[in-house]
Amino acid sequence: MTIAPFIRTRLLGRVNVRTVTLAHGGGGKAMKDLIDDVFVGAFDNAALAPLEDQARFDLAELAAHGDRLAFTTDSFVVDPLFFPGGDIGKLAVCGTVNDLAVGGAKPLYLSCAAIIEEGVTIDLLRQVAGSMAKTAKEAGVKIVTGDTKVVGKGACDKLFLTTTGIGVIREGVVLGAHLARPGDVVMVNGLLGDHGAAILIARGDMALETPIESDCAPLQRLIDSLLTAAPGIRFLRDATRGGLATVLNEVADASQVAIEIEEAAIPIREEVKAFCEILGLDPLYLANEGKIVIIAPSEEAEAALTAMRAHPLGARAGVIGRVSAGEPGWVTMRTVFGGRRIVDMLVGEQLPRIC
Amino acid sequence: MKYVDEFRDGAKARILVREIESLVATMGVPDDRPLHIMEVCGGHTHSIFRYGIEGMLPKEIELVHGPGCPVCVLPIGRVDDCVSIAERPEVIFTTFGDAMRVPGSKKSLLQAKADGADVRMVYSPMDALTVARNNPERDVVFFGLGFETTMPSTALTILQAEGDGIRNFSVFCNHITIVPTIKAILDSPDLKLDGFLGPGHVSMVIGAAPYEFVANFYRKPMVIAGFEPLDILQSIWMVLQQIKEGRADIENQYARIVPDDGNAPALRAISRVYELREFFEWRGLGSIDHSGVKLRDNYASFDAERKFAVPNVKIADPEACQCGEVLKGVIKPWQCKVFGSACTPEMPLGALMVSSEGACAAHYQYGGVKQHVAAE
Amino acid sequence: MCLGIPGRILRIDDDAKMLATVDVGGVRRQVNICCIVDDEHPVSSCIGDWVLIHVGFAMSRIDEAQAIQTLKILTELGEAQAEYEAMRLSPPPREAA
Repeated sequence: MTIAPFIRTRLLGRVNVRTVTLAHGGGGKAMKDLIDDVFVGAFDNAALAPLEDQARFDLAELAAHGDRLAFTTDSFVVDPLFFPGGDIGKLAVCGTVNDLAVGGAKPLYLSCAAIIEEGVTIDLLRQVAGSMAKTAKEAGVKIVTGDTKVVGKGACDKLFLTTTGIGVIREGVVLGAHLARPGDVVMVNGLLGDHGAAILIARGDMALETPIESDCAPLQRLIDSLLTAAPGIRFLRDATRGGLATVLNEVADASQVAIEIEEAAIPIREEVKAFCEILGLDPLYLANEGKIVIIAPSEEAEAALTAMRAHPLGARAGVIGRVSAGEPGWVTMRTVFGGRRIVDMLVGEQLPRIC
Repeated sequence: MKYVDEFRDGAKARILVREIESLVATMGVPDDRPLHIMEVCGGHTHSIFRYGIEGMLPKEIELVHGPGCPVCVLPIGRVDDCVSIAERPEVIFTTFGDAMRVPGSKKSLLQAKADGADVRMVYSPMDALTVARNNPERDVVFFGLGFETTMPSTALTILQAEGDGIRNFSVFCNHITIVPTIKAILDSPDLKLDGFLGPGHVSMVIGAAPYEFVANFYRKPMVIAGFEPLDILQSIWMVLQQIKEGRADIENQYARIVPDDGNAPALRAISRVYELREFFEWRGLGSIDHSGVKLRDNYASFDAERKFAVPNVKIADPEACQCGEVLKGVIKPWQCKVFGSACTPEMPLGALMVSSEGACAAHYQYGGVKQHVAAE
Repeated sequence: MCLGIPGRILRIDDDAKMLATVDVGGVRRQVNICCIVDDEHPVSSCIGDWVLIHVGFAMSRIDEAQAIQTLKILTELGEAQAEYEAMRLSPPPREAA
């Protein structure tokens, strides 16, 4: 049984002023105009159109996709709002879509809650919403419900977004950080560190000029073909805050295994390497928004790599290490120089060194 | 990357390790008294840990991590002075990144920033000057810290500010000198060192001559070393050769960057802008004579210390802190009673845990604290 | 006191203030080159030079010959080691009695 198609009989409101004021958060006509103009128009879909307090879905229809519901949420407070390769809107969609996809779920529906600082321009909001709509389409998801609040000047930094998503996991797909086994292969789908570097550069503190762009991208299609080609995959996770090193430590700890990686095998763009050298940063800890860590049984590694490399978001996929029977919970790296060192969780925030 | 990748070549590393092993085998090093080689520089400490160099060396060689980390030796009182300047509403306080985390008696600069102070991270003092140009109605202060490597950049920036007539820029000067540091280490009674890896980039500015006293008076070999792992291994090999041959010379492994006479324009700028302080406070090492510089009187208008009244209180390190002993290489980081427990990078008790080049932080991040905590 | 990275001077931005744009592995930044300028190396001649950059200042001109020499020592060491190994593993045949 499908939802009866809703025939939109009312006209969408439009905002005629240039900037957001507290009135736009007041719940009255100004707020309705803001929601209509900025969000509804952009996200346009049948589940959103009724503008009820909740989006409603037929359970049987959901169950057609698999046997478990996946449910996740994330907040986005990135500064600056617009950066090379993306913006807060694109990030907000990709982040939540990827959090669902790495659990083996088909991402389906997103909510979008916006906290807007008084004084932000309507054009900026329209740009962000447009970006979200475009990314949602690419990711095959619909934004079906949301919330808008306006706060006084200084109460938030321009715009904060929170997206929550639901997806459905196919039968038989079982992924988990505790499932890694000695002998398993560790892989990534491409160049690491682009997003973290792009954000730091965009903040303009360092006055550096580079072509580095955020790698922000929705990975649901890549992951889908990956899981089809290599159904025995143990674990997937996107390497966001804290970078590759943090994800590896999480797995090593949860599975109580040792992980050994090869520095020479880790794919990093030349410019990101140079950027890290200049500031004394470690690329293993830089954030990524379009990269996942994959742990697969060794016999499926070849199939996994082939599947990833066939996809534009996996062209530079490669093996970076393996799970071993060494000291549980430890991640070590053989450096390009031949020595061995420990790769621990990031402690505190990485700050550029002088020395 | 040119001039970088070639000096990270694993094949050449293996050659050097083999040479070091055969050399050491002929030296009759007793089990209970390995050879102690100290790297003075924080950058060397970082490289050693990052590339796992210590693990590549035979057990007869022990690397001792010295105090050449200017962030690590910042006394608590000076950090408080920075915070008090930064908290003034008219001030924009600019600083290098790793200095922001050093704890003061109440807070670090990072915490002051969270509390509302305008603290901004810059890569270069020139960027701080640009901030001053762009904000004529505010007072921009640059936190000048570092050894002789960074002294010229701060000095040249002050000269540029002077030339351009910029009135809202000043420097809180915490530059320190390397020679008194090395001397203090050599004079330390509980220390047994056999050789030094000299500070490559300080030497780029001051040349090799200032270290003659190490060879002539203290009879210890020193090799001025570059920062890539091959540079460090080759320098260790050169120190070993000197020890074996009973020599004590100042050698320059980093000749592609370090000129024997140092850098003339840099040295000119330094002597024009700075003069030596009679003594300066070092965290963990106490007061060392003639170890710091301050701005000369004719640059008083660029001197934040004179422009702003600062608390200027000498605050002792926490009692549990053993930074001084680790700095001198007397104990290893994990032998400090609070290493990994009361003192961690998130909640540092002492400065060696703050900068990623401090021996303790480097060891915590790269050396695996779990190992030592578990072994207890 | 240390974090220095080699870079190549691409162009001079301001002759009087001795500011130049340098390229480090594809990342570009303006740096002050007054420390590497002298009578033998006027500002304009610095284009193409490899220099050591530290906090926005070019602090030393990299001596290519010295760099090659440093690496050559290691290559020769390697060759000597290989020869020694070869000798050790294949002793000369015994002379017939």
